[in-house]
Amino acid sequence: MSAATPWKQRENKRKRMLVTPEGVSLPVTLAPLGSRAGAIILDYIIINTAVIVVTLLLAWLGISVMDAESSNSQVVEFIAVLWIIAVFLAYNFYFIFFEMGARGATPGKRATGIRVAAHGTQRLTSEAIIARNLMRQIELFVPISFIFTASAGEGGMASLAAAAWFAVFLLFPVFNRDNLRAGDLVAGTWVIEAPRRKLAEALSAAGAASHTATSGITGTRYTFDDDDLMVYGEFELQTLERVLRDDRPEALEAVQETICRKLGWNAGSGDERAFLEAFYAQLRAKLERDMRFGKRKADKHA
Amino acid sequence: MAISNPFARKTEVAPPPDIEAAALRSDRFRLEREDEWKRLDAILRRMEGGFMRKMPDEDVLALPTLYRTAASSLAVARETSLDASVIEYLEALVQRAWFQVYGPRTGFIGWLREFLGGGWSRSVREIWLEICIGFAVMVAGAVVGWILSARDTEWYYALVPGQFADSRVPGATREQLLETLGTQENADGLSYFGASLFSNNAQVAILAFALGFAFGIPSLMLLVHNLAVLGAMLWLFSSQGLTTEFAAWLSIHGTTEILAILLSGAAGMHIGRSMAFPGNRSIMAAAATSGRRGAQVMIGVIFMMILAGLLESFGRELIRDTAMRFTVGGGMLLFWLLYFAGLGRRPRIETP
Repeated sequence: MSAATPWKQRENKRKRMLVTPEGVSLPVTLAPLGSRAGAIILDYIIINTAVIVVTLLLAWLGISVMDAESSNSQVVEFIAVLWIIAVFLAYNFYFIFFEMGARGATPGKRATGIRVAAHGTQRLTSEAIIARNLMRQIELFVPISFIFTASAGEGGMASLAAAAWFAVFLLFPVFNRDNLRAGDLVAGTWVIEAPRRKLAEALSAAGAASHTATSGITGTRYTFDDDDLMVYGEFELQTLERVLRDDRPEALEAVQETICRKLGWNAGSGDERAFLEAFYAQLRAKLERDMRFGKRKADKHA
Repeated sequence: MAISNPFARKTEVAPPPDIEAAALRSDRFRLEREDEWKRLDAILRRMEGGFMRKMPDEDVLALPTLYRTAASSLAVARETSLDASVIEYLEALVQRAWFQVYGPRTGFIGWLREFLGGGWSRSVREIWLEICIGFAVMVAGAVVGWILSARDTEWYYALVPGQFADSRVPGATREQLLETLGTQENADGLSYFGASLFSNNAQVAILAFALGFAFGIPSLMLLVHNLAVLGAMLWLFSSQGLTTEFAAWLSIHGTTEILAILLSGAAGMHIGRSMAFPGNRSIMAAAATSGRRGAQVMIGVIFMMILAGLLESFGRELIRDTAMRFTVGGGMLLFWLLYFAGLGRRPRIETP
């Protein structure tokens, strides 16, 4: 495994650095286009479901009022007005309402783990949210309707040209570095990943990692000298950390074997976890000590 | 703490971590601070869930401090710790806290109050140049519509959409035309009519705004087309000597609606103009500033469209007297002008 797998590269291409007013640089990851497409599909499913439910409800209400056979054309009319306004609000204010909230995300965006943020370190304002959502009109509905008429062969060249022109808006996010759509550009926003992580256990406080502890199974204390620890760097350390946190026996076994081969030890079996915990703690202690002196070792090749 | 209840007022207290047992200095650093991180996490979870109101004051006050602590922990951890999971956790935590600390300061209601109390007027005044251009274009459109229809009646049919060309066609008698300006006896069906007018007109206004992105030209075309229709109809009515009656019939909602169309076109043009001529800002920055300003104007336009829809359906059909129609229409125009000119004169508080 190397640090530059294609997946890793693509991930790095979406990384941007922000500097907070406190001077701490924060990495943000642009939302992948797939997540954004997923979010919008989910949001429209929600909106359309809500509209259908409201329509059925109001239709039922209207019919039962009409059955009552009193002079109630006014009531029916009121219901019709209510329906028009509800539909207008649903399609135009759903996004604005949710994105103005504390999460900066519609339910669809929450589900795909992304949110809207102001580009750079600015504050996200209500106006920005409104601007980016009003632009949706020419980015989604107009292009799609034009493309449909053009593909149906109606309108000839003119509608073909119009479809191409509006397709530019539809495909806008694909053709710029930050995946901005036209609305993002106009509002000065972008869509980024909103990670929520749990704080994992401290590995060195438990098990065979702490410096006096021994293996619970064999009672052995594994110690490695500096030459043993020289063979690996930060990348391998973090890979080992993942393996320890995942705690899958076959992975532990394979990793122990690799390390032992590298060190020229004979790999025992049955005590992999203790061995790896000790190795992890001592490797990390060494690398962190070097780090404090300004010496960093990115991976085993460095 | 595998699962935590966001509704719980107090987070459960985890058993104190065994700081002494930690072999690594960086893990001791983390164990000493993780309680504060977890508290920040709990506060954030509550804020994101929208439980801001129920939050005790000390949590609200602690938020900025906890945020800065977490940010400095992150800076230290980056330099001293190789525990990838801690760094990732802190990055996510600080990012979430940053969004809350530097997030939108007002909710929807607070924003609405600021907006109606001056924000809207200010944005309208800031795009005065585009409004002037838009107005000139609209006048030109109306004149063109008039002249074309006067030259050749075929143009009238080309310009005026079918829904208006019922009996309002060239060659119609004075009585027929007067009848279309007439009144209905009752208000049945009018609110439905008004609501559908509003929904349709608001959609058109949003389109005019969004089209401004293409350097404003489609917005201009939309303005010209709308007013050419008006000019053509004006010609038709004036040819039968009904200019005053038509103007009165139109003005009752038209002063609001035409102003709203003008504003939406101007807001669109504003974005187009600032992208074409960004000055010494980057195009992105220019587009963002004008886009936010335009969005303010547009929300106002939607309000105006609601009002215009109501005036059109109720006012126009119920108020029959020409003088009264002029009074209502003129009054609305005066109201808008005063509102846009007068409100929000105090200096804007710039957000960082």
